[in-house]
Amino acid sequence: MKNAEPPHCAMDPDVDGQLRLSGSWTLSTALQSAQVLGGIQAPVRGMDARDIDQLDSAGVLQLLRYSRSAGLADDALLFRDEHRALVCTIDEVADERPRPQRDYGVAAALERLGRSVHAIGGNIVVLLGFFGENLAKLARLVRQPRRLRLTATVHQMEEVGLDAVPLIALLSYLVGAVIAFLGSTILRDFGAEIYVVELVNIAFLREFGVLLTAIVLAGRTASAFTAQIGAMKAREEIDAIQTLGLDPIDLLVLPRVLALMLMLPLLTFIAMVAGLAGGVTVGAFDLGIPPQMYIARMHETMELRHFLVGLSKAPVFALIIALIGCLEGLKVQGTAQSVGERTTSSVVQTISLVIILDALAALWFMHMGW
Amino acid sequence: MAIPSRDRHDGDELAIRVRGLVNRFGNQTVHEGLDLDVRRGEILGVVGGSGTGKSVLMRSILGLRTPDAGQIEVLGADARADDPAARLHIERNTGVLFQDGALFSSLTVGENVQVPLKEHHPELPERWHYELALLKVKLAGLPADAINKLPSQLSGGMRKRAGLARALALDPPLLFLDEPTAGLDPIGAAAFDRLIKTLQEALGLTVFLITHDLDTLYAICDRVAVLADHKVVATAPLPEIERLDHPWIREYFHGPRARAARGSGERETERQA
Repeated sequence: MKNAEPPHCAMDPDVDGQLRLSGSWTLSTALQSAQVLGGIQAPVRGMDARDIDQLDSAGVLQLLRYSRSAGLADDALLFRDEHRALVCTIDEVADERPRPQRDYGVAAALERLGRSVHAIGGNIVVLLGFFGENLAKLARLVRQPRRLRLTATVHQMEEVGLDAVPLIALLSYLVGAVIAFLGSTILRDFGAEIYVVELVNIAFLREFGVLLTAIVLAGRTASAFTAQIGAMKAREEIDAIQTLGLDPIDLLVLPRVLALMLMLPLLTFIAMVAGLAGGVTVGAFDLGIPPQMYIARMHETMELRHFLVGLSKAPVFALIIALIGCLEGLKVQGTAQSVGERTTSSVVQTISLVIILDALAALWFMHMGW
Repeated sequence: MAIPSRDRHDGDELAIRVRGLVNRFGNQTVHEGLDLDVRRGEILGVVGGSGTGKSVLMRSILGLRTPDAGQIEVLGADARADDPAARLHIERNTGVLFQDGALFSSLTVGENVQVPLKEHHPELPERWHYELALLKVKLAGLPADAINKLPSQLSGGMRKRAGLARALALDPPLLFLDEPTAGLDPIGAAAFDRLIKTLQEALGLTVFLITHDLDTLYAICDRVAVLADHKVVATAPLPEIERLDHPWIREYFHGPRARAARGSGERETERQA
């Protein structure tokens, strides 16, 4: 490839006010040609572009813009024949120009704020509607058990439940150990280290067992539900399901909801046991409480109500995680970016809702004296 | 006057030269010693049955696939070389319209067209990127307000036009079109054919056009290359191809659909004349 001549222009010595252009007027020389055109001082009455060597649409656009701003008539521009088709094509389309949409500034920020508040309100309504629809379909399932997708449900149970066991057990064990450490440093000052047993027991049975499980599953499972269903939505698979006379709720949502509602209480139980084990370990190695003594103390002081309070929250959290995960998936709109946005949104929503509900529940159970 | 035009800047008559191309997937052979010439300034239609490797050929020429053997020259540069300068030369001078447009779904049409401009010409001010993108969008026959729309808000035909606008962003002398009219209704397909022809004449493009659409072949192609038996069995203007005695060509060009397309192609020619 030989290098193109730079763009050049000079006043024609023969014709008054006639500009003679030469060189290469293309995209790669666009900056130079803008300088050349900007440097013209004398009044221009016509342009002769017949000596131009290479010309492309960027160059034509510049020349047309310049001639228009200089107030030249259409026939004041001369082009070589082989360039004329290009010039005509561009001249036809180069006139109207909408500005790019800009959304900067205070007004736009306020507008976005208003829109997102409105959207949150709409989201709540949609979520409640989805919840109702699922309840109705669930009731139908009780009357017509044939509709249950048993294979899909068992498959989901394996994915959301069994596969999550190692992760949940490890995290709960570590958090149990941390709580034991924390408690012991404070209780040691009062010589009451043995109360670490009650601390870990109550914390894990009432709150942390279920909360930790729900948060891990919100990150692990709600995102998976959204991405799976969202990808199907984006590829029009959900539409196909509907046109085949099947019900996407029956087929995709209910198996996930049921699987999670069955598995989350079981995982919660595992989390509780693992958390208590963490407490036992710290007691044995750091606090000088031998396991036999720790477990004997546990038997003495443990109350069933703590366990029941903790476990009673598990199905509620499961329902929230499964419903939001599936609903966000169904909201996906055909683009790769939309799948990402919905997945983020489902994880954020489930984790926040789980924590908010847990706080409200703690308050309520406390006042009920349970 | 001996001023070289941009259509023959290095004196070579061929835009693409393929020699002895071999492509295999496992033990399945797609191309075996394939030769192909694309002349500058022509619209070459590439036809062939399903699985004859039309898309593989295009991907090999574009450097998206490394062939098992053979030479490929694109605009005087060796497409198979690992030389970054040669690759850049080819990338800057080719535009590709993929089958479904392959627009970036998270960007608006305008931003899609600006991607190559921003990548290859970062020195230009942003306003110019925008104006050039707008020009290309309108050249591709889209209304100006389409520039702020997302690909998901466009119909299939408009997505193709947006893809064409992005392919034209850098004013490439060489344009690859993969099934440009597939999935369009006959009226939309005919309009797209005319658009390609108009742009090709105005911008002096060389067009490598893969198609199944007989109407497209009759309406706009200067020459047609037929892929069969792992190679190009013929490259010639349509009337010559039709006369060839090859089983696939006979079936393709003398079936009921071909007769209808030929009729409409002739009507089109008469109308233009």
